[in-house]
Amino acid sequence: MTPNQSLAELSDQLFTIGVALYSLAVIAFCAQLAFGRRPALVGAGAPVGFVAEPERGRRWGVAAMVLTALGAVSQAGVLVTRGLAADRLPWGNMYEFATATVLVAVVAYLVLAVRSPGLRHIGVFVLAPVVLSLVLIGLFLYAEAGPLVAALRSYWLAIHVSTAILGFGIFFVSGIASVLYLVTTRHEDRVAAGEASESGILARLPAAAVLDRVAHRTAVFGFPVWTFAVIAGAIWAESAWGRFWGWDPKETWAFIAWVVYAAYLHARTTAGWRGRPAAWVNVTGLVVMIFNLLFVNMVSTGLHSYAGVG
Amino acid sequence: MTVAAPPRPEAPPPARSSVGRLVAARLLHWWRRLTAMRTAIVLLFLLALAAVPGSLLPQRSLSQNKVNAYLTDNPELAPVLDRLYLFDVFSSPWFAAIYLLLFVSLIGCVLPRGLEHARALRAAPPPAPRNLLRLPDSGQLPAPLPPGDALDVVEEELRVRRFRVVRREGELSAEKGYLKETGNVLFHLSLVALLLGLAGGKLWGYEGSILVTEGQGFCNSFQQYDTYSSGALVDSADLSPLCVDLQDFRAEYEPNLTASSFTARIRYGPPGKDGVPTTIGVNEPLRVDGDRVYVTGHGYSPMFSVQTPDGTRYDDLSVPFLPTNPGTMASEGALKLPDVGTASDDQLALEGLFAPTGVVRDKILDSIDPRPLSPQVAIFVYQGYLGLDSGIPQSVYSLDQSQIDRGRLTRVAAANLELGQSTTLPDGTTIAFTGYREFAALQLSHDPGQIWVLGAAVAMLLGLLGMLLLRRERVFARAEPGPTDGGSVLTVASLLRGSGENGPRFAALADDLRNAVEDRARTRTETGGPPA
Ligand code: HEM
Repeated sequence: MTPNQSLAELSDQLFTIGVALYSLAVIAFCAQLAFGRRPALVGAGAPVGFVAEPERGRRWGVAAMVLTALGAVSQAGVLVTRGLAADRLPWGNMYEFATATVLVAVVAYLVLAVRSPGLRHIGVFVLAPVVLSLVLIGLFLYAEAGPLVAALRSYWLAIHVSTAILGFGIFFVSGIASVLYLVTTRHEDRVAAGEASESGILARLPAAAVLDRVAHRTAVFGFPVWTFAVIAGAIWAESAWGRFWGWDPKETWAFIAWVVYAAYLHARTTAGWRGRPAAWVNVTGLVVMIFNLLFVNMVSTGLHSYAGVG
Repeated sequence: MTVAAPPRPEAPPPARSSVGRLVAARLLHWWRRLTAMRTAIVLLFLLALAAVPGSLLPQRSLSQNKVNAYLTDNPELAPVLDRLYLFDVFSSPWFAAIYLLLFVSLIGCVLPRGLEHARALRAAPPPAPRNLLRLPDSGQLPAPLPPGDALDVVEEELRVRRFRVVRREGELSAEKGYLKETGNVLFHLSLVALLLGLAGGKLWGYEGSILVTEGQGFCNSFQQYDTYSSGALVDSADLSPLCVDLQDFRAEYEPNLTASSFTARIRYGPPGKDGVPTTIGVNEPLRVDGDRVYVTGHGYSPMFSVQTPDGTRYDDLSVPFLPTNPGTMASEGALKLPDVGTASDDQLALEGLFAPTGVVRDKILDSIDPRPLSPQVAIFVYQGYLGLDSGIPQSVYSLDQSQIDRGRLTRVAAANLELGQSTTLPDGTTIAFTGYREFAALQLSHDPGQIWVLGAAVAMLLGLLGMLLLRRERVFARAEPGPTDGGSVLTVASLLRGSGENGPRFAALADDLRNAVEDRARTRTETGGPPA
């Protein structure tokens, strides 16, 4: 069937609106960091509690969260209108897949921020990469709303691709938490050595231990989801391509990512690897995931070449 | 939790004089190294790294053609890479070495843990440590109940929370979350099972592919397939007796020419029987008795008829042309007719392009639509010696370039033909383009391991969920007579295994216990029990 043009256009407008809202949220998060005060941690093993911030910083923080939530609604609208326009699930090409992944990352951040308010401070570090990713997606991955090729017409599309998106979005937040962890541990060391001051933007991040815990918790949630996505992909490949596993480049990189995250989970519980080495493994995992999305879809040719780019 | 390898006895001291003991100590040392978690992390990393070239370099298992092209393009580098198995990464000895080491490490690590866990499942939770307040999560609360009754309340509360509780003199130990450890062991052992399933499938499995034109068929035997691969333990006499006839093939397209479905109507059954009719397509293979038949592609076979100057006619000559552009189905191929001429140097062949919807621009034919709306062919006709009996295998889809280079096969005509048109060669032979048929690329696969792999994968996922989502927790409580008459002091402590913060949970448990104890004390006074 022919895609519904007006819906497809609405989808594109929502994309722009979403990016604009997220950009405003980034500004508000920056203002919160600028006017806020360092969140003080109460007790080491205790629940993460923070002393009250000054009123001005708090108001910016609330504004930023609201803008982020509105952006997420608008971004969800992009996918819904796309799906309605083409009368199918909105993850048939890379533009849609990447948009959905970024949405999961934003929602994962929102959930974390609602559950532990102390984490709201890392908003700018999540939202800035989100805005950057969306601009790049809009510029380089954009594809018209269109019908699906035959191999994708299966209910496995819903199962495999949605869990892959979910896993990727969660790993995205996990990876950012690990990057921030690496930055703050360095900063904390330098403060301890008297080389850096205790104020400044870095001092306003949550404590390293909190970031490490967030990174681990999200990865623990993402890993079974990713495992399921890979298994579902294998089941689908068995009926679509005639074998459940064939070391197609996309499969190979999904496997590599899985192994790297397994290494991260082990490293996190092993003396000598805990802390910074483990965080580096998690960051490697994120790099592998992004590489799998961009390079494997656009450069190499395999059975997964449904990118619809170029 | 700090994961250390399970406690093991100290190595025997390097023995005086005994070589045997020395060797044993060395071996034990290496075994410990191998089964240490640190080694597992390194091996996992190596495995990830080893898979990388498999996706960046062309692989024989995916496309022999691409490997050949790479070999010709990089005449110096490629043979070196080939010697390092870099075009067969996933079946290379070094890839196997990494995953086998990883699995030995895994078994060495998980089996002792599994045995220990099996023992723990039957054993009662250990007695409470002497000084409970030394545990990180612990606290005291005054209870207006006698010690025994206070412990009763704690026991009830813990049992509601599904703890396994053991009462001892004046104290209690409770534990829950055994399934977490069960999940860990299940997960790791399922990985081993998955590997065994994969290996079994490789050894006893096979796969054959063939292009079948409408109206034709094939039977399951290695002689018939265009290409096949089979495991080391497959006996060709064991192939299941299955024949498939392709009745017709249909491809459907969206308005923007995206292919929306491929369906092949087939009949299948044992040889010599009439066969059961069914329809297969993308995402919908035929599954019978452990064999699966897939449609992996499709294309067109143009049909020609040839009339020689002496009046002999050859009709319905056709051969599959391979699609070179899947979007427009422009296809290339070659038709070899060794029997048309009268002598071995008088053979006929044509090579060219088939366009289902042809347009000619500047005398070049191309296709603009995958549907057969206006079929055309552009052919070069050759006469001479085809070299089919020269002993060197030839591709069915192209002519032997060396015969052309040597001048033994010469081009005698070139023409663009629409359906029904013909061209005449200098010697008077006419060649007519009379029609086309569709062909389907069919693949028959047999993999007895795949159901085991699926089962192992599901078990692995279950184990993973148990291991990651459950918590393993111990709670200890001790009740001692308190300062007030008939009252007591409860000391409670909790110990969580695995990562995760326990503080808030312990605080919540302590609150609940306090409330429960106070409730009990109140109901007692209300119902006139002994005063607290
Ligand atoms: C194919 C390789 C392996 C994979 C994919 C794998 C995967 C995993 C995963 C995902 C976890 C969960 C980590 C967590 O609880 O956060 C785990 C835990 C664990 N693995 Fe592995 N593993 C592998 C090999 C090994 C090996 C070789 C060992 C022993 C040296 C091992 C020992 C353990 C232990 C002891 C745990 C429990 C950690 C805990 O209780 O927190 N694993 N494994």
